[in-house]
Amino acid sequence: MQRHRQAKWDETESDGHEPLLAEKDLTRHEPSDTYLPDDLTRDGVELPSISEPELVRHYTRLSQMNYGIDSGPYPLGSCTMKYNPKFTEDIAGQPAAAVHPDRDPELAQGTLQVYHELQDYLSRIGGMSAVTLQPPAGAAGELTGILVAKAYHEHNDEGDQREEILVPASAHGTNFASAAMAGYDIVELPADDDGRVDLDALSEAVGDSTAALMLTNPNTLGLFERDIEEIATIVHDAGGLLYYDGANLNALLGRARPGDMGFDVMHFNVHKTFATPHGGGGPGAGPIGVREGLEKFLPSPQVRVDGDEYTLVEPAESIGKVHGSMGNWLVLLKTHAYISRLGDEGLVDTSAKAVLNANYLAERIDLEVPFGPFHHEFVASAGETDAADFAKAMLDNGVHPPTTKWPEIVDEALMTEPTEAESKRSLERLAAAFNAVSEADDDAIAAAPRMTAAKRIDQTTAARDPKLSWQQLSD
Amino acid sequence: MNQTHPTRETDLSFDESDAAQAESGSPFTPHDAEDVTEMLAAIGADDVEELFDVPEPVRYDGSFGIEGRSERAVRRRLDRTLDANADVVEFLGRGHYSHYVPSVVDSLSLRSEFITSYTQYQPEVSQGFLQVLFEFQSLVTELTGMDVANCSMYDAATALGEAATLADRVRAADGSTILVPDYLRAERRAVLENYADGPGLEIREFPTANGMVDPDALESALGEDVLLVYVENPTTDGVIEEHLDEIGSILEDRETLFCLGSDLLALSLLQNPADVGADVVVGNAGVLGLPNVYGMGIGLFACREEFLRQVPGRLVGASEDADGDRTYTLTLQTREQHIRRERATSNICSNQAWVALRTAIHAAYLGPEGLTALADRCTRLPARLAAELDAIPGVSAPANDAYHFREFTAEIDGDAEAVVSELADRGFAVHRRGDDAIQVCVTETNEEHAAELLETVREVMA
Ligand SMILES: Cc1ncc(COP(=O)(O)O)c(C=O)c1O
Repeated sequence: MQRHRQAKWDETESDGHEPLLAEKDLTRHEPSDTYLPDDLTRDGVELPSISEPELVRHYTRLSQMNYGIDSGPYPLGSCTMKYNPKFTEDIAGQPAAAVHPDRDPELAQGTLQVYHELQDYLSRIGGMSAVTLQPPAGAAGELTGILVAKAYHEHNDEGDQREEILVPASAHGTNFASAAMAGYDIVELPADDDGRVDLDALSEAVGDSTAALMLTNPNTLGLFERDIEEIATIVHDAGGLLYYDGANLNALLGRARPGDMGFDVMHFNVHKTFATPHGGGGPGAGPIGVREGLEKFLPSPQVRVDGDEYTLVEPAESIGKVHGSMGNWLVLLKTHAYISRLGDEGLVDTSAKAVLNANYLAERIDLEVPFGPFHHEFVASAGETDAADFAKAMLDNGVHPPTTKWPEIVDEALMTEPTEAESKRSLERLAAAFNAVSEADDDAIAAAPRMTAAKRIDQTTAARDPKLSWQQLSD
Repeated sequence: MNQTHPTRETDLSFDESDAAQAESGSPFTPHDAEDVTEMLAAIGADDVEELFDVPEPVRYDGSFGIEGRSERAVRRRLDRTLDANADVVEFLGRGHYSHYVPSVVDSLSLRSEFITSYTQYQPEVSQGFLQVLFEFQSLVTELTGMDVANCSMYDAATALGEAATLADRVRAADGSTILVPDYLRAERRAVLENYADGPGLEIREFPTANGMVDPDALESALGEDVLLVYVENPTTDGVIEEHLDEIGSILEDRETLFCLGSDLLALSLLQNPADVGADVVVGNAGVLGLPNVYGMGIGLFACREEFLRQVPGRLVGASEDADGDRTYTLTLQTREQHIRRERATSNICSNQAWVALRTAIHAAYLGPEGLTALADRCTRLPARLAAELDAIPGVSAPANDAYHFREFTAEIDGDAEAVVSELADRGFAVHRRGDDAIQVCVTETNEEHAAELLETVREVMA
């Protein structure tokens, strides 16, 4: 069994751990001799004033109180927390990558070539006709894709009539929220007994008012929607579009393409599938792909190549823009580097090992894993134990726990995605961490975690009496 | 020659292909053949292919036609590709700025515990990043004077979009109009239109004068239907707004939110949004922490306390752990998509947290004095450059009779397109503004080239 004692810095003088910068020094500075007249300037600012050596120590200590993929396994289901290759940071850090977005295209040919090549790579990988790289995250990709679907229906004079988006109950929260942001009513679809789309319920729900069905495949239980061709037919026959949430594309790299399955619009989650770092919550990127006939609705601009010159083009009936510029460029550059490092063989090997790892891990843990056969992830049940408590107890074993309590179709869900980057030995340590908790008694679970920088955190107080800044701490 | 080691025919060719030394599978999967065999045996499968439950008609054979390369080859290839970006000195701004990013920002933000972590769903092992985000929120709170700041939106444009939908949720005007100034960048407006589309908000423009708000014109554009008025300080034309107090008074007793667009550096010197009655502050926080990376940034979003439960995006709050120590955690999550689904305040999930880390480090590096001094410099540099440009025959600068921040527009006798393109040929990138104006942005990162720029403009205008 593996143990992990997380670093923890605290000072007896402060009531927390590493003191806030503001607790080390808070200096009020009032500008004098400014070029601007007084009535255009503020009275002053009150901020920490500390030296470079102190600053470096502060952030180094904070990093030691943070768990990342490089620390150990991070099987957060649906998030694809795979190893982030280091060479991509060197590529992103070079000065030639730092150019202004308003350069004339002639002055940014290198950057535009990278965009164009990545549009092409992703079109091939998704089996799509065209790709935009503009959406800055998966959720932004969803909003973009749904706006494309809306533009398509409006183009066909069916905009007013098609006011519903169908979303399976097990879908990610962003699917519901993105469709609602685009102005749609949501129709939730129940799953069948196998955990997949219930075809009868689908047939019942689709109709003249259906704008699209949003689907994740493999779904959030890790199951391939085997009836995908029939699903596509049902939705298309009713005049709706089929939207692919690409969060789980890692499972299918090189094995199946959304375009071939009948999807009309899809997003990629490059911070999942293509190994760009999650950065403590972002930035990611959520490019979308569309099938033939929908290219004209894509956001503006698209990068095209004309001979050997890269140009920016506004699609004929573009939905406009979803980001102030061209999306999260540095993330896209890292995506390009990762895909061209792997190539066909590496991409196919990725899905093979991702699925192999999930199946091996499921085999080694002593918890019930309903449904199957699953691919890159599975959803185990914590049984009698609260899944959130189960997760806390795993923390002391040097692993990050799975995603908890979602999808709700499994009681006390532990949604587990080890990714292709874990070795057999690491998976065995991870399985041991699950098994130790499944055998632990209630008291031990309730007392966990013990070896993390913070002990169990009181969420209720945080929400009831919000303290969101150092200013509010002293209120 | 006495050759004891005669050259043998084999193994001696130079491999110049890009694929040289590329592995056969993924270099990032640790399994050897024995591991795979044992794992398959444990699962009870003969072959990995068996594990894919994909019907035959939709299977794909994996031949994308993308060639794998060694790490060195990928770097070499992308280095060469990016080298095709012209070697010009940028005097470009309009919402995207270049400030010197000190080395500590890269060095600390690339610490792998930070960059390879994700959203802090398990706060007990994520105290480090949570504290970073808490400190970032505090920084934004101080600089905007607002009560609440979230820990990031995607960029300035999407932050404005979110402000518009917030106004729709918290205000009960007789209509659904979002009033924006005529100087709003087309790109920001286009993003705003898409956020406004779902809730059915209408975007309307009000005219400005001399690059800033004309309070009378604003007042006559206002109606009972207006949910939000957006104003920038500085504007994307570089003008420092002189009527913020009046705008605040005009909007004070209305069902209309006052949304101010700015950036963290400008805010450290210019009027405090809270003092002029702003309700929401949006903008680009990435002016600190990131150089110009093709428009990638971080949206800042701060507002007054009364809108707390309608704020989009993640919020980090302080709490206590079982030992009674102060700790940090994501909080008020019932606003968010993973709990509230279609009734969430926004669809945002992944955000720009790592950029927030960089911004926080950069701001702490500068400190209050450094921030203010740099901001002050950003008011002097454009004044100096404009005065010198104005001395060149055929150039009139600045076009607006105002104070400026980092940048200004200049009127040109002659064809602006030709002038901009001639400048580019000679190694300088500036903005073209219509047929007879250009826009020039100067900060500490390009001021050393200002004299050459002036010389070149003189030649081009001659
Ligand atoms: C299934 C699914 N869809 C969509 C998303 C949203 O992606 P992002 O966080 O990049 O906005 C996620 C990510 O967490 C997800 O797991």
